Amino acid sequence: MFNRRIVLSLALATFASAAVAQTPERFIVVSSTTSTTDSGLFNHILPLFKAKSGIDVRVVSQGTGQALDTGRRGDADVVFVHAKPQEEKFIADGFGVERKPVMYNDFVLIGPKSDPAGIKGATDIVAALKTIQTKQAPFVSRGDKSGTHAAELSLWKTAGIEGEQLKGAWYREIGQGMGAALNTASALNGYVLSDRATWLNFKNRGELAIVVEGDKRLFNQYGVILVNPAKHTNVKAKDGQAFIDWLISPEGQKAIGDYKINGEVLFFPNAQQPGA
Amino acid sequence: MDVTSAFAEAFSLITRLDTGFLAIVGLSLRVTFTAVALAALVGLPLGAWLAMTRFPGRSVLVVAINALMGLPPVVAGLIVFLMLSRSGPLGGWGLLFTPAAMVMAQTLLVLPIVVSLTRATLEELWTEYRDHLTSLGLTGHRAIPTLLWDGRFALATGLLAGFGRASAEVGAVLMVGGNIAHYTRTMTTAIALETSKGDLPLALGLGIVLMTLTLAINAAAYAASRIGARYAG
Repeated sequence: MFNRRIVLSLALATFASAAVAQTPERFIVVSSTTSTTDSGLFNHILPLFKAKSGIDVRVVSQGTGQALDTGRRGDADVVFVHAKPQEEKFIADGFGVERKPVMYNDFVLIGPKSDPAGIKGATDIVAALKTIQTKQAPFVSRGDKSGTHAAELSLWKTAGIEGEQLKGAWYREIGQGMGAALNTASALNGYVLSDRATWLNFKNRGELAIVVEGDKRLFNQYGVILVNPAKHTNVKAKDGQAFIDWLISPEGQKAIGDYKINGEVLFFPNAQQPGA
Repeated sequence: MDVTSAFAEAFSLITRLDTGFLAIVGLSLRVTFTAVALAALVGLPLGAWLAMTRFPGRSVLVVAINALMGLPPVVAGLIVFLMLSRSGPLGGWGLLFTPAAMVMAQTLLVLPIVVSLTRATLEELWTEYRDHLTSLGLTGHRAIPTLLWDGRFALATGLLAGFGRASAEVGAVLMVGGNIAHYTRTMTTAIALETSKGDLPLALGLGIVLMTLTLAINAAAYAASRIGARYAG
């Protein structure tokens, strides 16, 4: 009887270690934003990179603020995000080696078809936001320090609306990702700022549609940074740099530009554009 | 309407036997079974020992372990995350964003349940058999295996409760696993992801598959304990 128990516990222990054992594999960890994952871009480009380099890219998708934090702690080799001022600070603080522009798309203001603020078709995003605030129409904010959240706050600031004025029942700060914000807006029939890629790939639209687009201030640039190996010795600098080099190479740029949903391009490659 | 399409999605997921989907199911089961096995390895003897021994501060310990059964998964996730982060004390292991990290988080969640339920079950058994076992010379820790063996069918329920907690959990595995496609994506994190993409039928379909699996595992455990009880008398 005792033997049986010993056999049983040995079996359990073997099973446990077998399940935890790692297969040796060449990989890097990239912390990126929800938009690049939710839009399906990585599913499209990563197999191409792997075929070329043999490197597996493990993507952890978070808001830009959190993705940069992951890099700061040394838990990622590369960060791929969209909030230029935060990215520059990341480098200035010594956590990143160099920032390379990769691609852009744009933000769009999403709202219910009933359009309670009466802003549909406007081309001035700042004026549209002012109207939403004046009419106290429901607005859903990410509230999660993501790139989209930063862009939203900067647009409110341009509209002269800050601090106390962004409080009240009309302004719902949910502290969640883009998809969750769109789901909330869909349920509340509220307005929400989204990146175009996530919106195009979002299925639970309900009454939602694009109400404002095309304003130059809705530009959304993505950049990629290698986490500084001098700060964190575990960073796989060589393979991480290989991924970055591929992203900004003609081949990588073409792969990004080729990704479409319903014939629409989601991200426009612009690695060669100076100052992007 | 959405519910009907959810069942259709669930059915098509099962019938297509898509390899990506099977990998997700496989990983979920592997992580959760490992966590429950580890928790059993530590928790069963610990619970038995707690049931048999009396020492000052024991009630405080018992209450503390009982309370840990309510440990919020995100907190468990956060603890494991801070330990395993490259900037944390165990950062050198390089285990953050791996299945091993998910096993650790789930073990942390399951362990209090196993210890608590084992202690509660065996306390009664110990009062009943104490004199008998002592007369056979089984005192102290030497009585633990016998006690566990005699209470095995009741203890299985505790392990199932632990399994349920681990397999249903999303917050902790999302935080320490990172929901990486083909690597640390489990049933629950996939459900969270599809929900955020607004693909509610697919998310609910995955939920239905997860519930079906849980049902099957519970049915198997129940059947095994019934058959076992019949032969063990």
